[in-house]
Amino acid sequence: MGKTSPGGIYFTAMAVPEIQEFGISGLQSYQFDEIYDEMFEGPSQVREHYRPLFETLMALPAEEIRRRKHSADVSFLNQGITFTVYGRREGTERIFPYDLLPRIVTNAEWSRIEQGLTQRITALNLFLKDIYHDGKILADGVVPREVVYSCKQFRRQMRGLQVPRDVYVTVIGSDLIRLPSGEFVVLEDNLRVPSGVSYMLNNRRVMKRIFPQLFRRYGVRPIENYTQALLGTLRSLAPSQGRGEPTIVLLTPGVYNSAYFEHAYLARQMGIELVEGRDLLTHDNKVYMRTTTGLRRVDVIYRRVDDDFIDPLAFRPDSGLGVAGLFNAYRAGNVTLANAVGTGVADDKALYAYVPKIIKYYLGSDPILNNVETYLLTDEAQRNHVLANLDKLVVKAVGESGGYGMLIGPASTAEEREEFRARIVADPRNYIAQPTLGLSRAPCLTDEGIQPRHVDLRPYILFGEKVTIVPGGLTRVALRKGSLVVNSSQGGGSKDTWVLNS
Amino acid sequence: MLSRVADNLYWMSRYLERAEHTARLVDVNLTLMLDEVGEGSERRWKRVLDALAYQGEHGSLTDGYQIAQELAFSRENVASVTFCISAARENARQVREQISSSQWQRLNRLYLQVTRKEGADEGGEAQLSDFLLSVVDGIHLFQGVTASTMSHGEGWHFIRVGRYIERAQASVNLLKVFHREFGAHAEKSLDGSDYLEWIGLLRSFGAFEGYCTAYTADLNPDRILEFLLLNPDFPHAVRYAVDSLRNALEAVQGDGRLRRAAALSRVAGKLQSSLNYGQISEILERSVQDYLEAILRQCNEIHSLIYEIYIHYSIESALVS
Repeated sequence: MGKTSPGGIYFTAMAVPEIQEFGISGLQSYQFDEIYDEMFEGPSQVREHYRPLFETLMALPAEEIRRRKHSADVSFLNQGITFTVYGRREGTERIFPYDLLPRIVTNAEWSRIEQGLTQRITALNLFLKDIYHDGKILADGVVPREVVYSCKQFRRQMRGLQVPRDVYVTVIGSDLIRLPSGEFVVLEDNLRVPSGVSYMLNNRRVMKRIFPQLFRRYGVRPIENYTQALLGTLRSLAPSQGRGEPTIVLLTPGVYNSAYFEHAYLARQMGIELVEGRDLLTHDNKVYMRTTTGLRRVDVIYRRVDDDFIDPLAFRPDSGLGVAGLFNAYRAGNVTLANAVGTGVADDKALYAYVPKIIKYYLGSDPILNNVETYLLTDEAQRNHVLANLDKLVVKAVGESGGYGMLIGPASTAEEREEFRARIVADPRNYIAQPTLGLSRAPCLTDEGIQPRHVDLRPYILFGEKVTIVPGGLTRVALRKGSLVVNSSQGGGSKDTWVLNS
Repeated sequence: MLSRVADNLYWMSRYLERAEHTARLVDVNLTLMLDEVGEGSERRWKRVLDALAYQGEHGSLTDGYQIAQELAFSRENVASVTFCISAARENARQVREQISSSQWQRLNRLYLQVTRKEGADEGGEAQLSDFLLSVVDGIHLFQGVTASTMSHGEGWHFIRVGRYIERAQASVNLLKVFHREFGAHAEKSLDGSDYLEWIGLLRSFGAFEGYCTAYTADLNPDRILEFLLLNPDFPHAVRYAVDSLRNALEAVQGDGRLRRAAALSRVAGKLQSSLNYGQISEILERSVQDYLEAILRQCNEIHSLIYEIYIHYSIESALVS
């Protein structure tokens, strides 16, 4: 009965008797190969910390699992937990796909992640301060000037501008992946307006309702304090002018933004106003919001609008989402923007290759979390290597996010490769290449039973007076079989992430 | 509260009230269609369209059922129930962090219910009637959820302002259209078809039982007008709506911090007085149409003042105060 395929080893019920009991035809064609699997060490070998989940799955009838899944779906639909997909009819809402089985991270794994991210963010923040002030790291030749100055996200308007507490990046979502060796590495940093944290919080709420016993049995570290920590972080960054309790607002592009649900959710959970650009105005370099009882001064803006759109006078003049005069008020120190303007230069995919050096330069230590090997296409030797191996590599546009503008070599057609080749030759600074990575896989509940799917992990880091990382994050899943793209805009889903107490 | 939020809550509420009004009106007229055919029905649907200030063509006027379908399901027609609920839901979506989750879920469910219905429904009049009643039910549920889960603060007051100004205007519009046609020969005792029309009017306000309690089932046009216009206790009477509107406006003003709001107080107070102290005999003696017209005018004025004071005020005026 056992059969093998070129890609990996499939095992059947024959191989592991206990699995036959599982109601859903389930694990019968569960795929094993060199890729790291979150639940199994190997066929029939369940990892220790996944054992309670595995046992629960074995014990529950298929019908019961489907019922719980259905109950979760209904809960998401009725709450309208949706996101918007671009490129279709404007304002199309979809439910965020959600997988029922939690991804479990041990305490030891987590504390390494936590230390690594703290180190990384501290260094990147020092880097931002440096390049917008003295530029020591550039003068010392650790990072080439042209990488920084050629970056579209570099904002010369920020030169010499003092930001509160020298904190540029307040909210960060870094994407981690697990390699076949089991090591977590950083795939990219999101230092501009990372999203997804509301899904993390909602996933947890739903999971607690669906697997209460299992949850209790595991001893999962709580994440519910995230919004409170975010509020505290924002408050600690208020301009210090003795104005008493600062007024904090969340600036959203509006309901047509793909993350609008999250903006509304966070504002509500923090008890702050959710404002759009049209709600704010500036007068005398101060920012006000328009309320029914008159104008009210604003001190801190947690903005979820990109730099480009935030102030039509300072940046893109065609922006209807921003506030005219906001940047001047910011420059005058009358209002705090979180994140600061111009942080995108540090999550540029070409700059990413230099992050280990940046950490070493500012902190004098080696990175705790490694990078993925990255080819810079401005370097001729590396470019030639990449162009010769397009079918094996992943090519990414440096300024894009959300899985747009990507070429996945092994899954691409010859035409796509030709198109990217032309684009790379025309503008090498705009692309980087990385090896096709074996993202780890975690078990998911699919139509064909329990199947492994590729996952990543996006923890959320808060940086104000101190660094706070709630234990867990958003585990994103490439729900399509074989797919490596986990972005929600590209058919990805999510699952709850449990960091264990011990 | 943000001005934009007040704006959205106000319109969410207005649209829901409008959907309820339309649903009830269409349902009543569907029922009336059973009792006769021909000219009466055609005139009646024309009245319905007039009362709803329907802008489109009146081409298919002869087919009452088609009009009812249009008013129930059309997604493009701004007068339709489905359109109003979609608009209410869109307004709520813009401010969903300001309303309770239960409110949002309730409204979202109603929206899913009406939009899913569209197109699929060819099931005939009974089903259309069921649909309309379920919409009215859904809106009532939403109002109940609103009352019991939302903070009774400023947002709640704006919701009430929207609901009652819409109710006052829609009611007066309907009375106006109806009275234009039947008011002239209202002296006659009611018999036959006219009798049905007056019952229809009462039912359009959901007021048949209320009227009977107050005046017995003896239908008299003057009393019906008095009841629908001046009754202080019946929730769909114009006076009740205006009382509640005034009340909500006062609550919005709170401790009267805004001097700019004085004009609004005055207009709303004036309107309320004219209904509180008005007598039906007086109104009938002069001109009912003029009287109704004046109420509409004052409602419009209140609407404009709300915008001027709370929503689209100038920066200068706000910085001074």
